[in-house]
Amino acid sequence: MIQGIPLEHFLIVSTIMFFLGVCGFIIRRNLITMLMAIELILNSVNINFVVFNRYLYPDQLQGQFFSLFIVGIAAAEASVAIALIINIYRKLQNIDVENVNELKF
Amino acid sequence: MNLGQFILMRHELLLTLAAVAILIAEVATSEKNKARVIPFALGLFALVTIIGFIPGQEGTLFGGSYQSSQLTMFMKNILNMAVLIIFLQAEGWLRKEENLDKISEYFILTISTLIGMNFMISAGDFLIFYIGLETATIPIAGLAAFDKYKSQSAEAGIKLILSSALSSGVLLFGLSLLYGATGSIYFVDIATKIQPNALIALGFIFFVSGMGFKISLVPFHFWTADVYEGAPINVTSYLSVVSKGAAAFIFTIILFTVFKNIVDMWQPLIYTLAVFTMTLANLFALRQNNIKRFLAFSSIAQAGFILLGVLGVGELGMTSVVYFVLVYVFTNLGAFGVVAAIHNASGVETISGYNGLYKTNPKLSLLMTLALFSLAGIPPVAGFFGKFFLFTAAAGSGYYILVLIAVLNATISLYYYLKVVKAMFIDQNDQPIPTFRSSNAMRIALVMCVAGVFIIGFASGIFEYIRNISQLFLN
Repeated sequence: MIQGIPLEHFLIVSTIMFFLGVCGFIIRRNLITMLMAIELILNSVNINFVVFNRYLYPDQLQGQFFSLFIVGIAAAEASVAIALIINIYRKLQNIDVENVNELKF
Repeated sequence: MNLGQFILMRHELLLTLAAVAILIAEVATSEKNKARVIPFALGLFALVTIIGFIPGQEGTLFGGSYQSSQLTMFMKNILNMAVLIIFLQAEGWLRKEENLDKISEYFILTISTLIGMNFMISAGDFLIFYIGLETATIPIAGLAAFDKYKSQSAEAGIKLILSSALSSGVLLFGLSLLYGATGSIYFVDIATKIQPNALIALGFIFFVSGMGFKISLVPFHFWTADVYEGAPINVTSYLSVVSKGAAAFIFTIILFTVFKNIVDMWQPLIYTLAVFTMTLANLFALRQNNIKRFLAFSSIAQAGFILLGVLGVGELGMTSVVYFVLVYVFTNLGAFGVVAAIHNASGVETISGYNGLYKTNPKLSLLMTLALFSLAGIPPVAGFFGKFFLFTAAAGSGYYILVLIAVLNATISLYYYLKVVKAMFIDQNDQPIPTFRSSNAMRIALVMCVAGVFIIGFASGIFEYIRNISQLFLN
C-alpha cells in the first residue's frame, strides 16, 4: 500500500529486529549495549503495531497510540536503568556485566 | 463530563493523594525531624486501607479501558493490607541511621508501584494493562537498589530492571501479534474475535513468557533469587508478596476473560509450566543456606501451585487463586517479618545462623514455625485450605496426574521448611542470636499476620464471599 511495499516485508524487518535485540541482550557484555538491545526489541514492537494498524485496520488508531505510549515508557525505563548503571559504575569502575557477579546460586 | 464517576477509581486516587501528601510532609519537616514522616505515612496508609473496604459501585470508565467490579476491589484491598503490613515491618529498619535521609522515598516508590498494580488489575484493555505493569515494575528497581552503598543491592537493582525490561519487550511483541490478529486492544473485543490459529498461538506464547518473568515461573525465574537476596528485606517481602500477587491476579483475569475461547490451546502450556515450576523450584530450595534465597525459591514453588488454580478454568479456579493469594499474603509476610526482625537486631541472614533461636527468642521461633507450616500446607492453618482449594480446582478440570505431582512437591517442600524449624528448635549453637525486643510496629504487623493465618483458615464465609464475587465477575 505504501508505494507498493507489501505487509510481509515490514513484518520480516520487525521480526529480525526483535530477535537481534534478544540476541544482543544475551551476547553483549556491556550494560549500556544491553539497554540498547532492549530498545531494539521495543522498536520492533512499534513497527508491528503501526504496520498492522496502517495495513489491516486503517479506520482506527489503537495501534499507533499504543506505539506512542511504548516510546514514552521506554524512555522512563531507560532513565531508571541508566541511573542504576551509574550506581554500578561507582562501585566497580566499569560497566561490564561479567563483573556484576556477586550474587550467584 | 460528570466528575462523580471518577469515584470508581477511588483506590488509585486515594493512593495518589497519599503519595503526594507524604512528599509534602517530607518537604515540610526539618532535617533533624525526618523520622516523624514514618508515623505520618503509616497512619495515612492505614486510613487509605480502611477507606478501601467501604463497598463501592461497579462500572467502567474511559470507554471500557478501566473496569471496576467487586472482585477487582477485593483484590486491591488484599494488596493494600499486604502493603500496610510491610510498612509496619519496615518501621524499625527505616529508623536506622543510614536510612534517615531517604524515608519518604521508600514510601513514595512503594505507593507508586501499588498504583500501577491497581491500574493493572482494573485494566479493560492492553494499553492500560501495559502502563500499569510498567508503573508497577520500574520503581521497584529503584527500591531494590535502595541500600545504594551496598554492592549487592546495586546488583539486585540492575538485574531487576534489565530482566524486567526484556520481559516487557517480549510481552509487547506478543501483544502486537494479538493486535494484528484481532484488530483490537480491548479485552472484550479480543475475547469475541479470538480463534485458535497460528498467529494467536505465537502471540499468546510471547505473552505468557513475558508474564512468566513477572510471576517468576520456571524457566523465567533466574532473576528472582538474586534480586531477592540483594534487595533489602522489606523490599524483598514486597516483591515476593504484593508484586507477585498482583501479577498472578491479572494473569488469571486475562486468561479467564480474554483467552477463554482458546482454553484447549493454553492448558497444555500452563500444565507444563506448572510441573517445571513446582519441581525445579523445590529442588533448588533444598540446597539454600541464605534465608532470603530460600524464601525466594519457596515463593517460586508457590507460584507453581497458583498455576494449578489457573488450570481449573472458571469460577472455582478464580476463587482458589484469589483465596490462595490472600492466605499467602499473611503467611509469607509472617515469615518475612521474622526474618526482618532478626536481621534488624543482629544482621543474621543464614539458616545455620538461626540455630538455637528457640532458647533466646521463643515467640519469634513459634511464629516462624507457624508461618512455615502454613507455607507447607499443614492443617489446620490457612495454608492448608489455600492449597486444598487449588488442588480441588485442578482436579475439577480432570488433571489428576498434575494434582499427584503437586502433592509430591508439597511433601518435598515440607522437608526444607522443616529444616529451618529444626535449626531453630533442635540444633545447638554456642553463640545463638541474643534475646531482643522488636519494635511495636513490627509486633503489630506480626500479630496481624498470625490473626490472618488463623481467621482465614477457619472463617468459611471468606471463601464463599470470594466465590460469589468471582461468579459475578466472570458472567
